[in-house]
Amino acid sequence: MTAALRFDPIRLPEKCEQLRKEVRAFLAEEIAAGTFDPHKPNREDTDAPEFSRRVGAKGWLGMTWPKKYGGQERSFLERYVVTEEMRVANAPTRRFFVADRQSGPVLIKYAPEHIKMDILPRICRGEICFAIGMSEPNSGSDLFAAKTRATKTDGGYLINGTKIWTSSAHIADYMIAIFRTSQPTKENRRHGLTQFLVKMKQPGIQVNPIGQITGQYEFNEVVFTDFFVPDDHVLGEVDGAWKQATSELAYERSGPERFLETYYVLTELVRAVGSNPDTRSAEGIGRLVAQLHTMRRMSVSVAGMLQAGKEPVVEASIVKDIGTVWEQQLPHRVRDLAAFVEETATNRETLERQLDFAIKTAPKLTIQGGTTEVLRGIIARGLGLR
Amino acid sequence: MAESDNIVVETAEKIFADLADPQTINNDKKNSWQAPLWQALSEAGLPLSWVPDDLGGSGASLADGFALLNAAGRFAIAVPLAETMLAGWLLAQAKIASPEGEMTVLPASPKDRITLDADGSLSGRARGVPYAKAAKHFAVLAHGKDGAVIALVDAGKGRIESGLNVGYDHSDTVTLDKVQPVTLKPAPDGFDQTTLMLVGGVARSLQIAGALESMLDISVRYSNERVAFEKKISKFQAVQHNLARLAGESAAALAAATSAADAIANATGFNDEVYLEAASAKIRCAEAAEKGGAIAHQVHGAIGFTLEHILHRYSLRALAWRDDFGSESHWAVELGKLVATRGADELWPLVASR
Ligand SMILES: Cc1cc2nc3c(=O)[nH]c(=O)nc-3n(C[C@H](O)[C@H](O)[C@H](O)COP(=O)(O)OP(=O)(O)OC[C@H]3O[C@@H](n4cnc5c(N)ncnc54)[C@H](O)[C@@H]3O)c2cc1C
Repeated sequence: MTAALRFDPIRLPEKCEQLRKEVRAFLAEEIAAGTFDPHKPNREDTDAPEFSRRVGAKGWLGMTWPKKYGGQERSFLERYVVTEEMRVANAPTRRFFVADRQSGPVLIKYAPEHIKMDILPRICRGEICFAIGMSEPNSGSDLFAAKTRATKTDGGYLINGTKIWTSSAHIADYMIAIFRTSQPTKENRRHGLTQFLVKMKQPGIQVNPIGQITGQYEFNEVVFTDFFVPDDHVLGEVDGAWKQATSELAYERSGPERFLETYYVLTELVRAVGSNPDTRSAEGIGRLVAQLHTMRRMSVSVAGMLQAGKEPVVEASIVKDIGTVWEQQLPHRVRDLAAFVEETATNRETLERQLDFAIKTAPKLTIQGGTTEVLRGIIARGLGLR
Repeated sequence: MAESDNIVVETAEKIFADLADPQTINNDKKNSWQAPLWQALSEAGLPLSWVPDDLGGSGASLADGFALLNAAGRFAIAVPLAETMLAGWLLAQAKIASPEGEMTVLPASPKDRITLDADGSLSGRARGVPYAKAAKHFAVLAHGKDGAVIALVDAGKGRIESGLNVGYDHSDTVTLDKVQPVTLKPAPDGFDQTTLMLVGGVARSLQIAGALESMLDISVRYSNERVAFEKKISKFQAVQHNLARLAGESAAALAAATSAADAIANATGFNDEVYLEAASAKIRCAEAAEKGGAIAHQVHGAIGFTLEHILHRYSLRALAWRDDFGSESHWAVELGKLVATRGADELWPLVASR
């Protein structure tokens, strides 16, 4: 076979099911206490610092990390269960999910020990929020066109330039960013970028909110003016960030958040059609559930590969490609079926409100975290086409 | 599926490679490959994989048998291997021993029904029965006044109107008119026609997934050979992205089918979770057969549209297999009803059940 793509049928171990019950009970309490409304994904204020601390207190942040950094040394499959339950409940995870999914693992791999000891436990306690500083006004899919400069100075670097589309930068305590430390070489246009840890909320950093078509303000422009970053905040090899990017992607691309972002409209549709659907509704729901189930099984399978110490970059890209295209279409398919819902359905208004928001959310799903086209390029490389 | 750590699959793949090489058999206009292939499979005990030793079979596990069907899909095997396996499995549910030779199951569609009359005879019509024409015996699931029964029927006793499916394989209409079975026993508690359709559907899903794996394989290879505008076509981004989508469809089909096979192989009963797995597999694999097959053809251009080329052996069979044991439309309606009956708040617990 040219392409030995495998998605083994992972069964979640018993202890995951126990954990799932705990997460559901916790979320039910939070909902009862009014922390968030699971039927209302379109809240204005998506930051929930107290909730974040309570999730941390449960031991559900940095679950897979070493205990000495505040982690639990639990499996990727257990983390998976926590992540999917939070997502399906529409819990306000914005404050911690980037740190938990992505930034923490990068620090574990590339940060000096004293920084790990300082920062990782705070992530695990749900105290701090991370942002990702990759994109720039003239560098999106082409990451290696980044221009924001890091110029060597005494004891560190001076940063000048602009990052953009930076999610959560307005609430973030830290950013993991790539800056240009050298010019690219003739042989390697990817050379010259370095990964840095940046402490936010300091002079020299200006965060300007950018409104999104959903009406929310979740991403930002971040302007650096002679901002100082000390030497020990360099993550990994100077000029060699390109070597560090790939493993991060497998974490970022295959999780349940890559197909569940608009899931709520499906639940609400099922509620609206009731227990005795007509043939058209039943068929539509059946097809959507079959897709959902398949994607989840693929995504769980990738979590199993991560647990086994593999780097399933192509498999993860496939999950994200199929998953994001599906979650983008989902509100439209639900809208098709909602046209036949009885006027008297008690949740009709909720469904319509949710559809309105999901339809506005949909376009971003195949752009953020690597566009569909970029993903297909990665898959094609895995197939030996480039 | 885990081809390397499975002796049943290893044996089968060796036979397939020796006696069912797709290019060789595609060139053979007289189908003279069929008899030797069937003989080799029979000698290896593969058609009766799912029949325990004491009932005349080779007693392989459900899991190994499903993996074998996935391999058969990768070679687009066109002898009644899956059908005989399913028939033997069905008979074994009622502890009926399997005879030698080709078999098939009826009914092969959730819409058809065979009934058991008071005099112990079977009547009814089953459409789209794969390989009925080639079968020496039928394994029949019928309904009597005391519930479901399983019967072994001499194929000569049925009236067969032969037909071909989209993949040029036999798909026949079988009419039983007061036919006395060779053996007839009650089906086990809880076993009904839906159970048969679910297992048959998963068998077809694995075959479709296997066919898609091969379509991806030969499409990637072709794109690295074919030159247009002085470049290998694999260098065109549009072609690359089409193949990436085909990889996605192939991966989704394989994931859905192997997950369902795993669920059935380890299930204690046919509960809602198994139903979700099996129905989803058939729906997703059928959709993948359409989307993935279309891409494989697109990449091949006109050559893939010829009878001389092997692509159609996979693409058309994958499409044909959609129809057996309940189409994707059928399962989507049934799955949708199940979800609606359970209610909105029970959807996620069902999806997240394993
Ligand atoms: C909601 C949201 C949140 C985001 N959060 C963050 C964040 O926190 N941090 C961060 O750094 N970035 C973030 N981004 C930015 C995101 O990573 C980029 O938008 C993405 O990488 C695409 O870059 P771009 O927008 O510049 O589009 P471009 O790269 O300009 O692409 C425009 C179009 O051209 C296509 N294209 C580009 N190159 C190719 C090619 N080689 N072949 C084929 N097609 C191509 C693209 O696929 C796309 O369709 C966020 C984006 C969104 C929408």
